[in-house]
Amino acid sequence: MADRSILGLFQEAEPAADAMDGLAQAGFEAGTFDVLTGTPYPEGAFGEHVPQHRLFRFPAFGAIIGFTTAILLTAGTQIAFPMVTGGKPILSLFAMIIIVYEMTMLSAVIATVIGIIFESRLPNMNPGAYDERITEGWIGVVISVESTRAQEAESVLKTAGALEIKHAS
Amino acid sequence: MQQRRVLDQVETNRILLNGQLNTPKWWLPTVLGLGVVVLIGFVIIGFMVNRGLGVTGLSRPVYWGLFITTFVFWVGISHAGIMISAILRLTQAEWRRPVTRAAELLTVFSLLTALIFPLIHAGRPWRIAYWILPYDFARGIFPNIRSPLIMDPVAIGTYLTGSTLFLYVALLPDLGNLRDRTRGWQKTLYTVLALGWRGNPRQWKLQTVGGILLSALMLPIFVSVHSIVSWDFAITPAVEGWHSTIFAPYFVIGAVHSGVSAVVTMMALMRWLWKWDDFIRPEHFDALARLLIVVATAWLGFTFLELVFAIYSLDAPEIALRELQIFSWPWNLMFGVFLMTGYIIPVGMWLFKSVRNNIALMFWTSLFVNIGMWLERFMIIVPGLSRRTPFVYTWDSYRPSLVEWSILVWSVAWVTFLMLLFSRFFPLVPLFEQKESQIFVDKIKIGRVNVPAILREQE
Repeated sequence: MADRSILGLFQEAEPAADAMDGLAQAGFEAGTFDVLTGTPYPEGAFGEHVPQHRLFRFPAFGAIIGFTTAILLTAGTQIAFPMVTGGKPILSLFAMIIIVYEMTMLSAVIATVIGIIFESRLPNMNPGAYDERITEGWIGVVISVESTRAQEAESVLKTAGALEIKHAS
Repeated sequence: MQQRRVLDQVETNRILLNGQLNTPKWWLPTVLGLGVVVLIGFVIIGFMVNRGLGVTGLSRPVYWGLFITTFVFWVGISHAGIMISAILRLTQAEWRRPVTRAAELLTVFSLLTALIFPLIHAGRPWRIAYWILPYDFARGIFPNIRSPLIMDPVAIGTYLTGSTLFLYVALLPDLGNLRDRTRGWQKTLYTVLALGWRGNPRQWKLQTVGGILLSALMLPIFVSVHSIVSWDFAITPAVEGWHSTIFAPYFVIGAVHSGVSAVVTMMALMRWLWKWDDFIRPEHFDALARLLIVVATAWLGFTFLELVFAIYSLDAPEIALRELQIFSWPWNLMFGVFLMTGYIIPVGMWLFKSVRNNIALMFWTSLFVNIGMWLERFMIIVPGLSRRTPFVYTWDSYRPSLVEWSILVWSVAWVTFLMLLFSRFFPLVPLFEQKESQIFVDKIKIGRVNVPAILREQE
């Protein structure tokens, strides 16, 4: 169980990528170390593994829920109070399409936002080692390790050219 | 991208967070001044609710007047935000970066304002809530889904919720930035709102993919909302000039015209007030003006189609209405002002590059468009109701009262007030997007010139 979080701070992308490679070569498990930046970099810029996600399932799931709820709501309320207007059918399809469409889209949007937050692993109550300069352009390489391997991880970060090392438990 | 000045991330933070970290001196007096106007507006609304709609100029047969005009106007303004943000995101247009957030924000606040108008227009706002919300299982009576009173709130509610969530998701990285730059209660606030954002590749990827996905979902909503607003009129066969089959696309294109113009007005103000010359540059105004020329011309086409339909159908009441709108006092004056300010003056000027790159001129011309577009909505709604028709037993002409004009002024102050209040706590320009563009920027030597370029393609 990892109980230490170590952050190496870099000013350039190249040494940060070297640190990521170094940690992988030293046998640290992928997923225990990560790179932190204040702005999106091109995918793979630090040699990190490309994150996989299932975001596209969320809007589809949300849309199905919204569509079903809207059909039940609109059809159900019209059938529950069956008022005939001008001899037309009880179920007013044109009006139903509008409500069903909007509720389907609304549900898809809400599910997408939940998906973005969930797949981003947020909310993150224990963010580990961090430095405020990351949002000023510095690049952080952070690793969660057991105390027994902390020295080794720190050494890899320093060898790659980390300008500063920070710890958090 | 020709006018870009390369700034490092510290400098970008310092300039773009000046609203939050180093609030300008003009901010407090301006917000207080607007706050007073907003307060007076609320008192007037309270007075109207207390006294009833008799204090307005509304009367038989003109039941829909300034309030519904202003409702359609603000819904229209709201359309630019998501359109600009979503289309430019989907097409990965580089010039979107300083524009998107303010545009999305305009969507949220103008929708909030638009929603108030049908409420107060009903005279007794608490009763409109009774028409929309209660699911009365005891008596088995439910809201009538065939009524625009259900369609409108559902459509606008969907758009408002979606826009707010869209805005929040795109704000997450900047909330993390603000958390890192603040102390005390502000740090606590941003820490909670940032949800522990750290900026790892996974979060950035989700931010990018999620942004594109939300854009793709919001675009059809944006088209549907103003279509549904237009059907408030189009499903009313009794009023000439309302029951048109082209109302949905006509309203949507009109909304884009007025909304994009409102974004131009707002960008000019942002550049002037916060001194963001390095971020909101003449090239952005140039691009928006080119877009507006196309949109405005398409909108003008729909406007003339309305007249053509009347002439071709030879429907006497429809022709009488168009005659009233174009040739009878005072509608002819309004029609002239609407055409001049909505199209002829602004588009005529935007044809010249010197105007498109002149921010002061862009500010005034975009303001003109919205004067014209407000008048357009007024010209659609009121003349159709006020034309004298057979079998109407009571008659009165419509003159908006001081109460109605005051509430119109209040709505402008209210949106501005909300925008300024937001700007005190959250950045109006997405910082991470600005910084991202600086990572991708490079210069390519072609012959003897160095061409600034944005590099995106991977091998």
